[in-house]
Amino acid sequence: MKPAENAASLTMQTVASPHAHGGNSVSRTMFRVQVALLPATLYGFWLYGWPSFFLWLLTILSCVGFEAMSLKLGGVTRIRPTLLDGSAVLTGWLLAMTLPPWAPWWVAVLGGFIAIVIGKQVFGGIGQNVFNPAMVARVALLVSFPLPLTLWITPLPLSGAVAPDFVASLRIFLTSLPVPDAMTSATLLGHAKTELSRGVDLAQALSGAPLMSWMGMRGGSFGESAALLILAGGLYLMATRVITWHAPLAVLAGVAIPAAIAHGVNPAHFLSVEAHLLSGALMLGAFFIATDYVTSPNTTAGQIIFGLGIGFLTWVIRSVGGYPEGMAFAVLLMNALTPVIDRFVKPRVLGRDRKGRPLDIPEKA
Amino acid sequence: MSENYGKLMKEGLWEQNVVFAQMLALCPTMAVTTSGTNGLGMGLASTAVLVIANILVSMIRHTVSSQVRIPVFVVLIATLVTIVDMVINAWMHELYKVLGLFIALIVVNCAILGRAEAFAVKNGVVASAVDGVAMGLGFTGALVVIGLIREFLGAGTLFAQASQLLGPSFAFLEVKISGYGGALLMILPPGAFAVLGFLLAGKRILDRKLAERDAAAANTAPAAA
Repeated sequence: MKPAENAASLTMQTVASPHAHGGNSVSRTMFRVQVALLPATLYGFWLYGWPSFFLWLLTILSCVGFEAMSLKLGGVTRIRPTLLDGSAVLTGWLLAMTLPPWAPWWVAVLGGFIAIVIGKQVFGGIGQNVFNPAMVARVALLVSFPLPLTLWITPLPLSGAVAPDFVASLRIFLTSLPVPDAMTSATLLGHAKTELSRGVDLAQALSGAPLMSWMGMRGGSFGESAALLILAGGLYLMATRVITWHAPLAVLAGVAIPAAIAHGVNPAHFLSVEAHLLSGALMLGAFFIATDYVTSPNTTAGQIIFGLGIGFLTWVIRSVGGYPEGMAFAVLLMNALTPVIDRFVKPRVLGRDRKGRPLDIPEKA
Repeated sequence: MSENYGKLMKEGLWEQNVVFAQMLALCPTMAVTTSGTNGLGMGLASTAVLVIANILVSMIRHTVSSQVRIPVFVVLIATLVTIVDMVINAWMHELYKVLGLFIALIVVNCAILGRAEAFAVKNGVVASAVDGVAMGLGFTGALVVIGLIREFLGAGTLFAQASQLLGPSFAFLEVKISGYGGALLMILPPGAFAVLGFLLAGKRILDRKLAERDAAAANTAPAAA
Protein backbone atom coordinates (compact mmCIF):
# COMPACT_ATOMS: atom_id res chain seq x y z
CA MET A 1 0.00 0.00 0.00
CA LYS A 2 2.92 2.33 0.67
CA PRO A 3 3.91 3.15 -2.94
CA ALA A 4 0.33 3.75 -3.93
CA GLU A 5 -0.11 6.25 -1.13
CA ASN A 6 3.04 8.03 -2.20
CA ALA A 7 1.81 8.20 -5.75
CA ALA A 8 -1.51 9.58 -4.57
CA SER A 9 0.17 12.31 -2.57
CA LEU A 10 2.19 13.33 -5.63
CA THR A 11 -0.82 13.54 -7.91
CA MET A 12 -1.58 17.09 -8.86
CA GLN A 13 -4.97 18.38 -7.88
CA THR A 14 -7.02 19.94 -10.62
CA VAL A 15 -8.37 23.04 -8.97
CA ALA A 16 -11.58 24.70 -10.03
CA SER A 17 -10.44 27.71 -11.94
CA PRO A 18 -11.75 29.74 -14.82
CA HIS A 19 -10.64 27.04 -17.29
CA ALA A 20 -12.61 27.85 -20.41
CA HIS A 21 -12.71 25.21 -23.10
CA GLY A 22 -12.46 26.61 -26.60
CA GLY A 23 -14.72 23.89 -27.89
CA ASN A 24 -12.08 22.85 -30.39
CA SER A 25 -11.36 19.22 -31.13
CA VAL A 26 -9.67 17.01 -33.67
CA SER A 27 -12.96 16.18 -35.33
CA ARG A 28 -14.04 19.83 -35.58
CA THR A 29 -10.72 20.79 -37.20
CA MET A 30 -10.93 17.88 -39.62
CA PHE A 31 -14.53 18.80 -40.44
CA ARG A 32 -13.58 22.39 -41.23
CA VAL A 33 -10.75 21.28 -43.50
CA GLN A 34 -13.22 19.02 -45.31
CA VAL A 35 -15.65 21.91 -45.71
CA ALA A 36 -12.80 23.94 -47.17
CA LEU A 37 -12.02 21.17 -49.65
CA LEU A 38 -15.64 20.81 -50.72
CA PRO A 39 -15.87 23.50 -53.43
CA ALA A 40 -12.81 22.27 -55.31
CA THR A 41 -13.98 18.66 -54.91
CA LEU A 42 -17.49 19.28 -56.24
CA TYR A 43 -16.02 21.25 -59.11
CA GLY A 44 -13.66 18.34 -59.78
CA PHE A 45 -16.65 15.97 -60.00
CA TRP A 46 -18.25 18.29 -62.54
CA LEU A 47 -15.05 18.60 -64.57
CA TYR A 48 -14.04 14.96 -64.71
CA GLY A 49 -17.31 13.13 -64.26
CA TRP A 50 -18.35 9.97 -62.43
CA PRO A 51 -14.97 8.18 -62.55
CA SER A 52 -13.48 10.91 -60.39
CA PHE A 53 -16.35 10.50 -57.91
CA PHE A 54 -15.74 6.75 -57.64
CA LEU A 55 -12.03 7.41 -57.17
CA TRP A 56 -12.71 9.93 -54.41
CA LEU A 57 -15.17 7.65 -52.64
CA LEU A 58 -13.02 4.53 -52.79
CA THR A 59 -9.87 6.35 -51.66
CA ILE A 60 -11.65 7.63 -48.55
CA LEU A 61 -13.32 4.28 -47.87
CA SER A 62 -10.05 2.39 -48.17
CA CYS A 63 -8.29 4.87 -45.87
CA VAL A 64 -10.99 4.43 -43.23
CA GLY A 65 -10.97 0.67 -43.73
CA PHE A 66 -7.22 0.35 -43.32
CA GLU A 67 -7.36 2.66 -40.31
CA ALA A 68 -9.91 0.40 -38.66
CA MET A 69 -7.83 -2.67 -39.51
CA SER A 70 -4.63 -1.12 -38.09
CA LEU A 71 -6.36 -0.02 -34.90
CA LYS A 72 -7.80 -3.48 -34.43
CA LEU A 73 -4.42 -5.14 -35.02
CA GLY A 74 -2.80 -2.62 -32.67
CA GLY A 75 -5.14 -3.63 -29.89
CA VAL A 76 -7.00 -0.32 -29.63
CA THR A 77 -10.25 -0.97 -27.81
CA ARG A 78 -12.20 2.15 -28.74
CA ILE A 79 -11.97 2.03 -32.52
CA ARG A 80 -15.11 3.92 -33.40
CA PRO A 81 -14.22 7.30 -31.80
CA THR A 82 -10.80 7.25 -33.47
CA LEU A 83 -12.37 6.44 -36.82
CA LEU A 84 -14.94 9.16 -36.41
CA ASP A 85 -12.37 11.88 -35.67
CA GLY A 86 -12.18 12.33 -39.43
CA SER A 87 -8.42 12.20 -39.80
CA ALA A 88 -8.44 9.10 -41.99
CA VAL A 89 -11.24 10.57 -44.09
CA LEU A 90 -9.22 13.73 -44.58
CA THR A 91 -6.08 11.80 -45.52
CA GLY A 92 -8.04 9.88 -48.13
CA TRP A 93 -9.70 13.03 -49.38
CA LEU A 94 -6.39 14.86 -49.79
CA LEU A 95 -4.84 11.85 -51.50
CA ALA A 96 -7.76 11.61 -53.93
CA MET A 97 -7.37 15.30 -54.75
CA THR A 98 -3.83 14.69 -55.94
CA LEU A 99 -4.57 11.62 -58.07
CA PRO A 100 -5.33 11.67 -61.79
CA PRO A 101 -9.13 11.87 -62.00
CA TRP A 102 -9.58 8.64 -63.96
CA ALA A 103 -7.13 6.53 -62.01
CA PRO A 104 -8.32 2.90 -61.68
CA TRP A 105 -9.75 1.43 -58.46
CA TRP A 106 -6.60 -0.35 -57.34
CA VAL A 107 -4.74 2.95 -57.21
CA ALA A 108 -7.30 4.14 -54.65
CA VAL A 109 -7.05 0.99 -52.53
CA LEU A 110 -3.27 0.77 -52.65
CA GLY A 111 -2.99 4.49 -51.99
CA GLY A 112 -5.19 4.13 -48.93
CA PHE A 113 -3.03 1.26 -47.68
CA ILE A 114 0.23 3.14 -48.15
CA ALA A 115 -1.11 6.37 -46.66
CA ILE A 116 -2.68 4.87 -43.56
CA VAL A 117 -0.62 1.78 -42.79
CA ILE A 118 2.85 2.77 -43.94
CA GLY A 119 2.47 6.55 -43.71
CA LYS A 120 0.62 6.84 -40.43
CA GLN A 121 -0.13 3.76 -38.33
CA VAL A 122 3.34 2.20 -38.26
CA PHE A 123 4.55 5.40 -36.63
CA GLY A 124 1.87 5.08 -33.96
CA GLY A 125 -1.26 6.63 -35.41
CA ILE A 126 -2.62 10.14 -35.36
CA GLY A 127 -0.13 12.77 -34.26
CA GLN A 128 2.87 10.43 -34.43
CA ASN A 129 3.64 10.31 -38.14
CA VAL A 130 6.82 11.96 -39.40
CA PHE A 131 5.65 12.35 -42.98
CA ASN A 132 2.37 13.58 -44.38
CA PRO A 133 0.48 10.32 -45.10
CA ALA A 134 -1.26 11.57 -48.24
CA MET A 135 2.04 12.72 -49.72
CA VAL A 136 3.77 9.45 -48.81
CA ALA A 137 1.08 7.57 -50.72
CA ARG A 138 1.19 9.99 -53.64
CA VAL A 139 4.97 9.64 -54.03
CA ALA A 140 4.93 5.86 -53.55
CA LEU A 141 2.24 5.50 -56.21
CA LEU A 142 4.00 7.83 -58.62
CA VAL A 143 7.32 6.02 -58.27
CA SER A 144 5.68 2.59 -58.54
CA PHE A 145 3.20 3.20 -61.34
CA PRO A 146 4.44 6.10 -63.48
CA LEU A 147 2.01 5.44 -66.32
CA PRO A 148 -1.46 5.43 -64.69
CA LEU A 149 -0.35 8.19 -62.34
CA THR A 150 0.45 10.60 -65.16
CA LEU A 151 -2.58 10.03 -67.35
CA TRP A 152 -4.39 13.33 -67.37
CA ILE A 153 -7.93 13.51 -68.66
CA THR A 154 -9.11 16.55 -70.54
CA PRO A 155 -12.02 18.04 -68.61
CA LEU A 156 -15.32 16.65 -69.90
CA PRO A 157 -17.96 18.53 -67.93
CA LEU A 158 -20.82 16.33 -66.80
CA SER A 159 -23.27 18.52 -68.69
CA GLY A 160 -21.47 17.86 -71.98
CA ALA A 161 -22.41 15.10 -74.42
CA VAL A 162 -19.04 13.28 -74.42
CA ALA A 163 -18.95 12.67 -70.69
CA PRO A 164 -19.32 8.97 -69.84
CA ASP A 165 -22.57 8.03 -68.07
CA PHE A 166 -22.76 6.27 -64.71
CA VAL A 167 -22.36 2.71 -65.97
CA ALA A 168 -19.63 3.54 -68.47
CA SER A 169 -17.82 5.41 -65.71
CA LEU A 170 -18.00 2.41 -63.42
CA ARG A 171 -16.48 0.32 -66.20
CA ILE A 172 -13.66 2.84 -66.67
CA PHE A 173 -12.99 2.83 -62.95
CA LEU A 174 -13.08 -0.93 -62.43
CA THR A 175 -11.43 -2.30 -65.53
CA SER A 176 -8.74 0.32 -66.13
CA LEU A 177 -9.23 0.14 -69.86
CA PRO A 178 -6.82 2.24 -71.87
CA VAL A 179 -8.21 5.73 -72.25
CA PRO A 180 -8.26 7.02 -75.83
CA ASP A 181 -5.45 9.49 -76.50
CA ALA A 182 -7.90 12.11 -77.68
CA MET A 183 -9.34 12.38 -74.19
CA THR A 184 -6.01 13.00 -72.49
CA SER A 185 -3.72 15.96 -72.44
CA ALA A 186 -0.50 16.99 -70.78
CA THR A 187 -0.44 19.20 -67.73
CA LEU A 188 1.16 22.59 -68.09
CA LEU A 189 4.25 21.51 -66.18
CA GLY A 190 4.52 18.19 -68.02
CA HIS A 191 4.06 19.90 -71.36
CA ALA A 192 6.73 22.50 -70.57
CA LYS A 193 9.19 19.82 -69.46
CA THR A 194 8.65 17.68 -72.55
CA GLU A 195 8.95 20.59 -74.93
CA LEU A 196 12.08 21.87 -73.21
CA SER A 197 13.68 18.45 -73.44
CA ARG A 198 12.90 18.46 -77.18
CA GLY A 199 14.71 21.77 -77.48
CA VAL A 200 11.61 23.89 -78.04
CA ASP A 201 11.72 27.07 -76.00
CA LEU A 202 8.87 28.00 -73.72
CA ALA A 203 7.63 31.05 -75.62
CA GLN A 204 6.82 28.75 -78.52
CA ALA A 205 5.69 25.76 -76.47
CA LEU A 206 3.11 27.61 -74.43
CA SER A 207 1.44 29.49 -77.26
CA GLY A 208 -1.82 27.76 -78.08
CA ALA A 209 -3.60 25.40 -75.74
CA PRO A 210 -5.30 26.97 -72.72
CA LEU A 211 -3.04 25.25 -70.27
CA MET A 212 -3.20 27.91 -67.64
CA SER A 213 -6.42 28.81 -65.98
CA TRP A 214 -7.69 30.00 -62.64
CA MET A 215 -10.73 27.78 -63.03
CA GLY A 216 -8.84 24.63 -63.89
CA MET A 217 -10.25 23.94 -67.36
CA ARG A 218 -7.28 21.79 -68.30
CA GLY A 219 -5.75 18.41 -67.67
CA GLY A 220 -4.60 17.86 -64.12
CA SER A 221 -5.15 16.06 -60.87
CA PHE A 222 -8.74 15.55 -59.75
CA GLY A 223 -8.97 18.26 -57.12
CA GLU A 224 -6.11 20.62 -57.54
CA SER A 225 -6.53 22.23 -60.93
CA ALA A 226 -9.01 24.91 -59.85
CA ALA A 227 -6.58 27.23 -58.09
CA LEU A 228 -9.28 29.75 -57.25
CA LEU A 229 -11.45 27.28 -55.36
CA ILE A 230 -8.51 25.87 -53.43
CA LEU A 231 -7.53 29.42 -52.55
CA ALA A 232 -11.06 30.11 -51.35
CA GLY A 233 -10.93 27.00 -49.16
CA GLY A 234 -7.60 28.13 -47.76
CA LEU A 235 -8.96 31.57 -46.92
CA TYR A 236 -11.92 29.94 -45.17
CA LEU A 237 -9.49 27.91 -43.05
CA MET A 238 -7.62 31.08 -42.13
CA ALA A 239 -10.86 32.85 -41.26
CA THR A 240 -11.90 30.01 -38.95
CA ARG A 241 -8.36 29.99 -37.51
CA VAL A 242 -7.72 26.38 -38.39
CA ILE A 243 -4.49 27.47 -40.08
CA THR A 244 -2.35 30.58 -39.93
CA TRP A 245 -1.01 32.52 -42.89
CA HIS A 246 2.66 31.75 -42.26
CA ALA A 247 3.23 28.41 -43.93
CA PRO A 248 0.99 28.95 -47.01
CA LEU A 249 2.41 32.38 -47.76
CA ALA A 250 5.95 31.08 -47.29
CA VAL A 251 5.30 28.21 -49.73
CA LEU A 252 3.91 30.57 -52.35
CA ALA A 253 6.81 33.00 -51.81
CA GLY A 254 9.30 30.16 -51.93
CA VAL A 255 8.11 29.35 -55.43
CA ALA A 256 7.33 32.86 -56.65
CA ILE A 257 10.63 34.55 -55.74
CA PRO A 258 13.02 32.17 -57.55
CA ALA A 259 10.52 31.85 -60.40
CA ALA A 260 10.40 35.63 -60.85
CA ILE A 261 14.18 35.93 -60.87
CA ALA A 262 14.75 33.00 -63.23
CA HIS A 263 11.94 34.00 -65.58
CA GLY A 264 13.30 37.54 -65.67
CA VAL A 265 16.75 36.29 -66.60
CA ASN A 266 15.73 33.67 -69.17
CA PRO A 267 12.03 33.60 -70.10
CA ALA A 268 12.64 31.00 -72.80
CA HIS A 269 13.79 28.44 -70.28
CA PHE A 270 11.94 29.16 -67.04
CA LEU A 271 8.18 29.35 -66.51
CA SER A 272 6.61 32.57 -65.32
CA VAL A 273 5.48 33.18 -61.76
CA GLU A 274 1.84 32.94 -62.77
CA ALA A 275 2.36 29.59 -64.48
CA HIS A 276 4.08 28.23 -61.38
CA LEU A 277 1.47 29.50 -58.96
CA LEU A 278 -1.51 28.26 -60.95
CA SER A 279 -0.29 24.83 -61.88
CA GLY A 280 0.21 21.49 -60.25
CA ALA A 281 -0.34 20.94 -56.58
CA LEU A 282 1.01 24.27 -55.41
CA MET A 283 -2.20 25.79 -54.06
CA LEU A 284 -3.35 22.54 -52.47
CA GLY A 285 0.09 21.95 -51.02
CA ALA A 286 0.44 25.46 -49.65
CA PHE A 287 -2.93 25.62 -47.89
CA PHE A 288 -3.77 22.00 -47.06
CA ILE A 289 -0.52 20.02 -46.90
CA ALA A 290 2.11 22.42 -45.56
CA THR A 291 -0.28 23.41 -42.78
CA ASP A 292 -0.61 19.87 -41.40
CA TYR A 293 -0.17 20.26 -37.63
CA VAL A 294 1.62 16.98 -37.16
CA THR A 295 4.33 17.22 -39.78
CA SER A 296 5.15 20.94 -39.72
CA PRO A 297 7.21 22.92 -37.18
CA ASN A 298 5.62 24.27 -34.02
CA THR A 299 6.71 27.90 -34.13
CA THR A 300 5.61 30.52 -36.64
CA ALA A 301 9.23 31.26 -37.54
CA GLY A 302 9.77 27.55 -38.06
CA GLN A 303 6.69 27.34 -40.25
CA ILE A 304 8.00 30.16 -42.43
CA ILE A 305 11.33 28.36 -42.87
CA PHE A 306 9.43 25.13 -43.57
CA GLY A 307 7.17 26.80 -46.16
CA LEU A 308 10.02 28.60 -47.91
CA GLY A 309 11.87 25.31 -48.11
CA ILE A 310 8.91 23.51 -49.64
CA GLY A 311 8.36 26.30 -52.15
CA PHE A 312 12.00 26.55 -53.15
CA LEU A 313 12.46 22.78 -53.48
CA THR A 314 9.26 22.58 -55.53
CA TRP A 315 10.59 25.23 -57.89
CA VAL A 316 13.98 23.49 -58.13
CA ILE A 317 12.39 20.10 -58.92
CA ARG A 318 10.01 21.64 -61.46
CA SER A 319 12.73 23.68 -63.17
CA VAL A 320 15.78 21.43 -63.18
CA GLY A 321 14.61 18.06 -61.82
CA GLY A 322 13.49 14.98 -63.69
CA TYR A 323 9.83 15.14 -62.66
CA PRO A 324 7.54 17.88 -63.99
CA GLU A 325 5.99 18.40 -60.55
CA GLY A 326 7.79 18.26 -57.23
CA MET A 327 5.35 19.40 -54.58
CA ALA A 328 4.99 16.00 -52.91
CA PHE A 329 8.73 15.35 -52.91
CA ALA A 330 9.40 18.82 -51.49
CA VAL A 331 6.86 18.29 -48.72
CA LEU A 332 8.40 14.94 -47.76
CA LEU A 333 11.93 16.41 -47.72
CA MET A 334 10.85 19.27 -45.49
CA ASN A 335 8.85 16.89 -43.26
CA ALA A 336 12.13 15.10 -42.65
CA LEU A 337 13.72 18.43 -41.66
CA THR A 338 10.87 19.43 -39.32
CA PRO A 339 12.48 17.99 -36.15
CA VAL A 340 15.69 19.85 -37.02
CA ILE A 341 13.81 23.11 -37.53
CA ASP A 342 12.00 22.59 -34.25
CA ARG A 343 15.30 22.03 -32.53
CA PHE A 344 16.82 25.29 -33.71
CA VAL A 345 13.75 27.51 -33.75
CA LYS A 346 12.18 27.32 -30.34
CA PRO A 347 9.46 29.45 -28.84
CA ARG A 348 10.46 31.83 -26.05
CA VAL A 349 9.84 30.30 -22.66
CA LEU A 350 7.46 32.37 -20.56
CA GLY A 351 9.43 34.59 -18.20
CA ARG A 352 12.70 34.14 -20.09
CA ASP A 353 14.32 35.79 -23.07
CA ARG A 354 15.14 34.02 -26.34
CA LYS A 355 18.45 32.74 -25.01
CA GLY A 356 16.79 31.20 -21.97
CA ARG A 357 17.94 33.79 -19.39
CA PRO A 358 15.39 34.97 -16.83
CA LEU A 359 13.84 38.30 -17.68
CA ASP A 360 14.69 41.31 -15.53
CA ILE A 361 11.43 42.31 -14.02
CA PRO A 362 11.66 45.78 -12.49
CA GLU A 363 10.60 45.79 -8.89
CA LYS A 364 7.53 47.83 -8.24
CA ALA A 365 8.09 50.66 -5.92
CA MET B 1 23.38 -34.53 -27.60
CA SER B 2 21.06 -35.09 -30.54
CA GLU B 3 18.36 -33.15 -28.72
CA ASN B 4 20.87 -30.34 -28.38
CA TYR B 5 21.47 -30.24 -32.13
CA GLY B 6 17.74 -30.08 -32.68
CA LYS B 7 17.63 -27.07 -30.39
CA LEU B 8 20.50 -25.48 -32.34
CA MET B 9 18.63 -26.00 -35.60
CA LYS B 10 15.45 -24.54 -34.16
CA GLU B 11 17.30 -21.51 -32.84
CA GLY B 12 19.08 -20.89 -36.12
CA LEU B 13 16.02 -21.31 -38.29
CA TRP B 14 13.49 -19.44 -36.16
CA GLU B 15 14.14 -18.31 -32.59
CA GLN B 16 17.53 -16.72 -33.20
CA ASN B 17 17.10 -16.18 -36.95
CA VAL B 18 19.93 -13.96 -38.19
CA VAL B 19 17.60 -11.50 -39.92
CA PHE B 20 14.28 -11.78 -38.15
CA ALA B 21 15.48 -12.12 -34.56
CA GLN B 22 19.09 -10.95 -34.29
CA MET B 23 18.61 -8.22 -36.92
CA LEU B 24 22.15 -8.86 -38.17
CA ALA B 25 23.42 -8.79 -41.74
CA LEU B 26 20.78 -6.27 -42.75
CA CYS B 27 23.02 -4.70 -45.39
CA PRO B 28 23.15 -7.76 -47.68
CA THR B 29 19.53 -8.47 -46.76
CA MET B 30 18.43 -5.09 -48.08
CA ALA B 31 20.78 -5.03 -51.05
CA VAL B 32 20.43 -8.43 -52.72
CA THR B 33 16.80 -9.31 -52.08
CA THR B 34 15.50 -7.78 -55.29
CA SER B 35 14.55 -11.30 -56.37
CA GLY B 36 14.14 -14.73 -54.85
CA THR B 37 16.98 -16.10 -56.93
CA ASN B 38 19.43 -13.46 -55.75
CA GLY B 39 18.40 -14.10 -52.16
CA LEU B 40 18.87 -17.83 -52.56
CA GLY B 41 22.30 -17.50 -54.17
CA MET B 42 23.51 -15.03 -51.59
CA GLY B 43 22.11 -17.11 -48.76
CA LEU B 44 23.77 -20.33 -49.92
CA ALA B 45 27.14 -18.64 -50.49
CA SER B 46 26.92 -17.06 -47.02
CA THR B 47 25.96 -20.42 -45.51
CA ALA B 48 29.04 -22.07 -47.03
CA VAL B 49 31.31 -19.39 -45.59
CA LEU B 50 29.52 -19.48 -42.24
CA VAL B 51 29.84 -23.24 -41.81
CA ILE B 52 33.54 -23.37 -42.74
CA ALA B 53 34.31 -20.27 -40.66
CA ASN B 54 32.54 -21.78 -37.65
CA ILE B 55 34.44 -25.06 -38.00
CA LEU B 56 37.83 -23.36 -38.38
CA VAL B 57 37.25 -20.91 -35.54
CA SER B 58 36.16 -23.75 -33.29
CA MET B 59 39.28 -25.73 -34.20
CA ILE B 60 41.69 -22.92 -33.40
CA ARG B 61 39.81 -21.59 -30.40
CA HIS B 62 42.36 -22.87 -27.88
CA THR B 63 45.44 -21.65 -29.77
CA VAL B 64 44.38 -18.06 -30.44
CA SER B 65 44.60 -15.75 -27.46
CA SER B 66 41.57 -13.64 -26.81
CA GLN B 67 43.51 -10.38 -27.36
CA VAL B 68 44.17 -11.07 -31.04
CA ARG B 69 41.12 -13.19 -31.84
CA ILE B 70 39.19 -10.54 -33.79
CA PRO B 71 41.94 -9.81 -36.36
CA VAL B 72 42.56 -13.54 -36.72
CA PHE B 73 38.87 -14.24 -37.31
CA VAL B 74 38.60 -11.41 -39.83
CA VAL B 75 41.59 -12.66 -41.81
CA LEU B 76 40.19 -16.18 -41.68
CA ILE B 77 36.76 -15.11 -42.93
CA ALA B 78 38.23 -12.85 -45.61
CA THR B 79 40.35 -15.75 -46.88
CA LEU B 80 37.31 -18.02 -46.98
CA VAL B 81 35.26 -15.45 -48.85
CA THR B 82 38.02 -14.98 -51.39
CA ILE B 83 38.17 -18.74 -51.95
CA VAL B 84 34.38 -19.02 -52.31
CA ASP B 85 34.44 -16.07 -54.70
CA MET B 86 37.08 -17.75 -56.88
CA VAL B 87 35.39 -21.16 -56.73
CA ILE B 88 32.06 -19.75 -57.84
CA ASN B 89 33.73 -17.73 -60.57
CA ALA B 90 35.59 -20.77 -61.85
CA TRP B 91 32.97 -23.53 -61.69
CA MET B 92 29.65 -21.70 -61.46
CA HIS B 93 30.25 -18.75 -63.71
CA GLU B 94 26.58 -18.16 -64.48
CA LEU B 95 25.83 -17.83 -60.78
CA TYR B 96 28.82 -15.54 -60.43
CA LYS B 97 27.40 -13.26 -63.08
CA VAL B 98 24.09 -13.05 -61.19
CA LEU B 99 25.57 -12.42 -57.75
CA GLY B 100 28.59 -10.43 -58.90
CA LEU B 101 29.89 -8.00 -56.33
CA PHE B 102 27.78 -9.31 -53.49
CA ILE B 103 29.91 -12.41 -52.95
CA ALA B 104 32.90 -10.31 -51.94
CA LEU B 105 30.61 -8.46 -49.56
CA ILE B 106 29.99 -11.63 -47.53
CA VAL B 107 33.17 -10.67 -45.72
CA VAL B 108 31.42 -7.72 -44.09
CA ASN B 109 28.42 -9.85 -43.15
CA CYS B 110 28.39 -9.34 -39.40
CA ALA B 111 26.44 -12.55 -38.87
CA ILE B 112 29.55 -14.58 -39.70
CA LEU B 113 31.87 -12.79 -37.28
CA GLY B 114 28.96 -12.71 -34.86
CA ARG B 115 28.56 -16.49 -34.85
CA ALA B 116 32.33 -16.95 -34.57
CA GLU B 117 32.36 -14.70 -31.50
CA ALA B 118 29.12 -15.86 -29.93
CA PHE B 119 29.22 -19.57 -30.60
CA ALA B 120 32.18 -21.18 -32.35
CA VAL B 121 34.77 -19.76 -29.96
CA LYS B 122 32.99 -21.40 -27.01
CA ASN B 123 31.87 -24.73 -28.51
CA GLY B 124 33.17 -27.86 -30.12
CA VAL B 125 33.69 -28.45 -33.81
CA VAL B 126 30.56 -30.50 -34.51
CA ALA B 127 28.26 -28.19 -32.56
CA SER B 128 29.79 -25.22 -34.35
CA ALA B 129 29.22 -26.83 -37.73
CA VAL B 130 25.58 -27.54 -36.87
CA ASP B 131 25.17 -23.98 -35.65
CA GLY B 132 26.66 -22.69 -38.90
CA VAL B 133 24.28 -24.79 -40.97
CA ALA B 134 21.27 -23.72 -38.90
CA MET B 135 22.13 -20.04 -38.91
CA GLY B 136 23.04 -20.13 -42.59
CA LEU B 137 19.81 -21.83 -43.58
CA GLY B 138 17.85 -19.41 -41.43
CA PHE B 139 19.57 -16.53 -43.19
CA THR B 140 18.96 -18.13 -46.59
CA GLY B 141 15.31 -18.65 -45.76
CA ALA B 142 14.89 -15.04 -44.69
CA LEU B 143 16.58 -13.77 -47.85
CA VAL B 144 14.48 -16.01 -50.08
CA VAL B 145 11.23 -14.98 -48.40
CA ILE B 146 12.02 -11.24 -48.60
CA GLY B 147 13.32 -11.66 -52.14
CA LEU B 148 10.23 -13.55 -53.30
CA ILE B 149 7.83 -11.02 -51.81
CA ARG B 150 9.69 -8.07 -53.32
CA GLU B 151 10.04 -9.82 -56.66
CA PHE B 152 6.39 -10.80 -56.75
CA LEU B 153 5.09 -7.35 -55.85
CA GLY B 154 7.73 -5.40 -57.72
CA ALA B 155 8.17 -7.28 -60.97
CA GLY B 156 5.36 -9.84 -61.08
CA THR B 157 7.74 -12.81 -61.26
CA LEU B 158 8.91 -15.57 -58.94
CA PHE B 159 12.43 -17.04 -59.05
CA ALA B 160 13.30 -15.27 -62.29
CA GLN B 161 16.62 -16.54 -63.68
CA ALA B 162 16.58 -19.47 -61.27
CA SER B 163 17.69 -21.79 -64.08
CA GLN B 164 20.83 -19.68 -64.44
CA LEU B 165 21.64 -20.19 -60.80
CA LEU B 166 20.61 -23.80 -60.24
CA GLY B 167 20.87 -25.26 -63.70
CA PRO B 168 18.31 -25.72 -66.52
CA SER B 169 16.40 -28.45 -64.65
CA PHE B 170 15.14 -25.83 -62.21
CA ALA B 171 13.50 -23.74 -64.92
CA PHE B 172 10.08 -24.89 -63.66
CA LEU B 173 10.53 -22.62 -60.64
CA GLU B 174 10.33 -19.53 -62.78
CA VAL B 175 6.86 -18.01 -62.68
CA LYS B 176 5.68 -14.94 -64.51
CA ILE B 177 2.35 -13.34 -63.68
CA SER B 178 1.03 -12.09 -66.97
CA GLY B 179 -0.62 -8.72 -67.14
CA TYR B 180 1.03 -7.35 -64.03
CA GLY B 181 3.83 -4.88 -64.55
CA GLY B 182 4.78 -4.66 -60.91
CA ALA B 183 5.23 -1.79 -58.49
CA LEU B 184 8.70 -0.45 -59.05
CA LEU B 185 8.93 0.82 -55.49
CA MET B 186 9.13 -2.71 -54.11
CA ILE B 187 12.35 -3.35 -56.04
CA LEU B 188 13.81 -0.07 -54.80
CA PRO B 189 15.29 0.25 -51.27
CA PRO B 190 12.04 1.49 -49.60
CA GLY B 191 10.40 -1.77 -50.65
CA ALA B 192 13.07 -3.76 -48.81
CA PHE B 193 12.53 -1.79 -45.61
CA ALA B 194 8.75 -2.05 -45.85
CA VAL B 195 8.77 -5.82 -46.51
CA LEU B 196 11.26 -6.48 -43.70
CA GLY B 197 9.20 -4.34 -41.33
CA PHE B 198 5.96 -6.15 -42.09
CA LEU B 199 7.65 -9.56 -41.82
CA LEU B 200 9.13 -8.62 -38.43
CA ALA B 201 5.73 -7.48 -37.24
CA GLY B 202 4.22 -10.73 -38.52
CA LYS B 203 6.85 -12.83 -36.75
CA ARG B 204 6.22 -11.03 -33.47
CA ILE B 205 2.48 -11.56 -33.75
CA LEU B 206 3.05 -15.24 -34.55
CA ASP B 207 5.49 -15.66 -31.66
CA ARG B 208 3.02 -14.04 -29.27
CA LYS B 209 0.22 -16.29 -30.46
CA LEU B 210 2.46 -19.36 -30.05
CA ALA B 211 3.50 -18.30 -26.56
CA GLU B 212 -0.15 -17.81 -25.59
CA ARG B 213 -1.02 -21.24 -26.96
CA ASP B 214 1.87 -22.87 -25.08
CA ALA B 215 0.85 -21.11 -21.88
CA ALA B 216 -2.71 -22.27 -22.35
CA ALA B 217 -1.52 -25.83 -22.98
CA ALA B 218 0.69 -25.69 -19.88
CA ASN B 219 -2.26 -24.53 -17.83
CA THR B 220 -4.66 -27.20 -19.02
CA ALA B 221 -2.23 -30.11 -18.91
CA PRO B 222 -1.89 -30.36 -15.12
CA ALA B 223 -5.65 -29.95 -14.73
CA ALA B 224 -6.27 -32.87 -17.03
CA ALA B 225 -3.71 -34.99 -15.19
